[in-house]
Amino acid sequence: MNAEDTGREGVAGGSTLLSEAREAGRERPYAEGDPILEVRGLVKHYPLTRGILFKKQIGAVKAVDGVDFDLAAGETLGIVGESGCGKSTVAKMLVHLEPPTGGVIRYRGEDVTKLSGRALRAVRRNIQMVFQDPYTSLNPRMTVGDIIGEPYEIHPEVAPKGSRRQKVQDLLDVVGLNPEYINRYPHQFSGGQRQRIGIARGLALNPEIIVADEPVSALDVSVQAQVVNLLDRLQAEFDLSFLFIAHDLSIVRHISDRVGVMYLGRIVEIGTDEEIYDHPTHPYTQALLSAVPVPDPTAREHRERIILHGDVPSPANIPSGCRFRTRCWKAQERCRLEVPLLAVPAVFRDSETPARHDSACHFAEEKQVVPHEGLRETPAEDEGPSSPSSSPFSSSSPSDEGPPPSPSPGRDDRSAEGPGLG
Amino acid sequence: MLLEVRDLHVEFHTRDGVAKAVNGVNYSVAEGETLAVLGESGSGKSVTAQAIMGILDMPPGKIRGGEIFFRDRDLLKLKPEERRRIRGQEMAMIFQDALSSLNPVLSVGQQLGEMFVVHRGMSRGDAKVKAIELMDRVRIPAARQRVGDFPHQFSGGMRQRIMIAMAMALEPSLIIADEPTTALDVTVQAQVMDLLAELQRELNMGLILITHDLGVVADVADRIAVMYAGRIVETSPVHEIYKAPAHPYTKGLLRSIPRLDQKGQELYAVKGLPPNLLHIPPGCAFHPRCPMAQAVCRTDVPPLYTVDEERRSACHFWKETLDER
Ligand SMILES: Nc1ncnc2c1ncn2[C@@H]1O[C@H](COP(=O)(O)OP(=O)(O)OP(=O)(O)O)[C@@H](O)[C@H]1O
Ligand SMILES: Nc1ncnc2c1ncn2[C@@H]1O[C@H](COP(=O)(O)OP(=O)(O)OP(=O)(O)O)[C@@H](O)[C@H]1O
Ligand code: SF4
Ligand code: SF4
Ligand SMILES: [Mg+2]
Ligand SMILES: [Mg+2]
Repeated sequence: MNAEDTGREGVAGGSTLLSEAREAGRERPYAEGDPILEVRGLVKHYPLTRGILFKKQIGAVKAVDGVDFDLAAGETLGIVGESGCGKSTVAKMLVHLEPPTGGVIRYRGEDVTKLSGRALRAVRRNIQMVFQDPYTSLNPRMTVGDIIGEPYEIHPEVAPKGSRRQKVQDLLDVVGLNPEYINRYPHQFSGGQRQRIGIARGLALNPEIIVADEPVSALDVSVQAQVVNLLDRLQAEFDLSFLFIAHDLSIVRHISDRVGVMYLGRIVEIGTDEEIYDHPTHPYTQALLSAVPVPDPTAREHRERIILHGDVPSPANIPSGCRFRTRCWKAQERCRLEVPLLAVPAVFRDSETPARHDSACHFAEEKQVVPHEGLRETPAEDEGPSSPSSSPFSSSSPSDEGPPPSPSPGRDDRSAEGPGLG
Repeated sequence: MLLEVRDLHVEFHTRDGVAKAVNGVNYSVAEGETLAVLGESGSGKSVTAQAIMGILDMPPGKIRGGEIFFRDRDLLKLKPEERRRIRGQEMAMIFQDALSSLNPVLSVGQQLGEMFVVHRGMSRGDAKVKAIELMDRVRIPAARQRVGDFPHQFSGGMRQRIMIAMAMALEPSLIIADEPTTALDVTVQAQVMDLLAELQRELNMGLILITHDLGVVADVADRIAVMYAGRIVETSPVHEIYKAPAHPYTKGLLRSIPRLDQKGQELYAVKGLPPNLLHIPPGCAFHPRCPMAQAVCRTDVPPLYTVDEERRSACHFWKETLDER
């Protein structure tokens, strides 16, 4: 690639390099159309220990507790959920920064949790990560060129020594930074520019899959849009598969083909962006969506707000049955006894509506929570606040009852579990 | 008017030079009103708030000019004792990071009670009763049992509610909330904003809500002041500004956010980088990034033009901006 190749040309050139490298990495047959990544029953438990000399395990932080999803080639899967629900832990297991406690991660049909040595290295090259924090994830003592080119030290086959400088400059160009900045240090860049550096580094090995953990969360609105557009463009032009983790539901919708909603270490609902945002059937998804402030003051009066009571239980002490039941306004006896599976709920199995998607709830039902341009004039009557199921929360001011239905979720779990399941 | 900031200037003397953080801010808040102050990181939102509260770091900070009228008295002309009294009783501030603003070695009850002991001369026993009352009021479950707990024993959302309780304790007439929910999850954010709005209504307080979240603003604000490079570039009632912004920067911000209710195409992105406060561009500070900039923008600082009775815009071409939808 020569110096005149700038902007979009640079990207096109890059993608040729990319496909060559990928061909070399492909060792076994793989049927087109299969998911490129299949995650099944993924678990990460961190042991809780007591004692200094004789460590005794007294429990476990169930950071990730049985996660299933597929990622198709060229697809963007968004993962949303509140702080501590296990999003980053999933990401770290996918890129081999953390070993799973259980479950499988199949990349092109092969379980990578069992791989080691050369085979593992080849896989790792194809799954790269972009981190959240552009301020701390870059080594302040390394030049931008060294940072972006660092992966070549571990995978020298991708770029022989002589060609590295040119490669790094191409990458800078691809992410919209001046290639002449190659010798600068991270502190000489703004937050948005640093995030671009992180992205360039993620692209260095021409991966097939990028796992992006909150890549724009630390950025200002105007700069955030620049980076989101960049990611969009790179995905299309490099044919990347994206796992995009964020807590901003609007950005996730913007960038994702499908979206998975996590709560306390599990995916509770997953589907296309339309299925999740316009036809959510899990109460947690509904509460999450209804809580997002919408940048439109006229939506204020018409919106029904689901205000959840109480806090997320500790992942070291997960409620029995449905893990959302301590905050769920629809919870019943069955929810305490029986774990709801992530599948199409029976009520929707025969329907042809977008409500027919995986949702881990015994009492799944549709509820329109995202205010729509068209719907705003006539707020939905059918599921209105008059329905008895919605009484524990109110639309604008929360009731003064305070504590959630079960005031000390952690403590009564065990007793609940015993007689019920035993 | 409860509070009126007029032509406030604040600068910081740093090793690299003089950072002009606040360059002529004008805004006002009435009783019972919520003013949202919006703007990117570094635009001077917090520094303005610190100047109002009288908690600016001086040095390196320095107030170069302006007036801050609170109930018709210029705060900048008052004696330190008088300011301290006002700060304790008549205005209060809520910070983004509750954990670092609460004292880690005192129980929550002691910190809440302290307000009543110091400012109201209450006995410790009475103050504790008051503290429990306040915790109840901000919906801390089992307040009586938890009054002796320390800040780190509460969740992020609860700590933020305790901060709100502290701010409300003496029923001030003005509250400044600096990004009160930025560090919280959306469902917890909804709980906290709800509480804040409810208490504000009850006490008829003026509220200055500092944020960069255009969604939160649309949800709770009566009026908006948009800051850029230490200046107010637009003020307006909330409905009008979302319908038709009168400043290109506001317009860019509104267009650059993804929407929850639609998939959308490429996002509009405000080009370029936020300004360097050591070298603020001449003329209109936004001109290097502005799609509507003309020659005059590079030389003449735009005054706050009157758009209508309730709206102001610091853009030479506010008319064109309004018209060009
Ligand atoms: N090394 C560790 N040891 C023990 N617990 C851990 C460890 N790493 C994470 N956890 C816990 O696992 C849970 C999930 O953490 P994780 O970082 O995956 O959450 P997250 O969804 O990424 O949250 P956030 O949105 O705040 O980034 C949390 O409760 C966290 O405290
Ligand atoms: N104590 C200080 N010493 C030196 N500079 C300071 C100090 N406090 C603030 N500044 C500078 O003043 C400018 C305005 O800062 P301010 O905190 O008001 O921004 P802000 O609009 O609140 O941004 P944010 O959204 O990041 O909180 C910044 O450039 C900042 O670096
Ligand atoms: S299974 Fe029960 S507790 Fe869980 S989300 Fe559904 S209704 Fe709520
Ligand atoms: S004054 Fe000129 S540069 Fe500034 S916002 Fe208006 S058009 Fe843009
Ligand atoms: Mg995380
Ligand atoms: Mg600030």
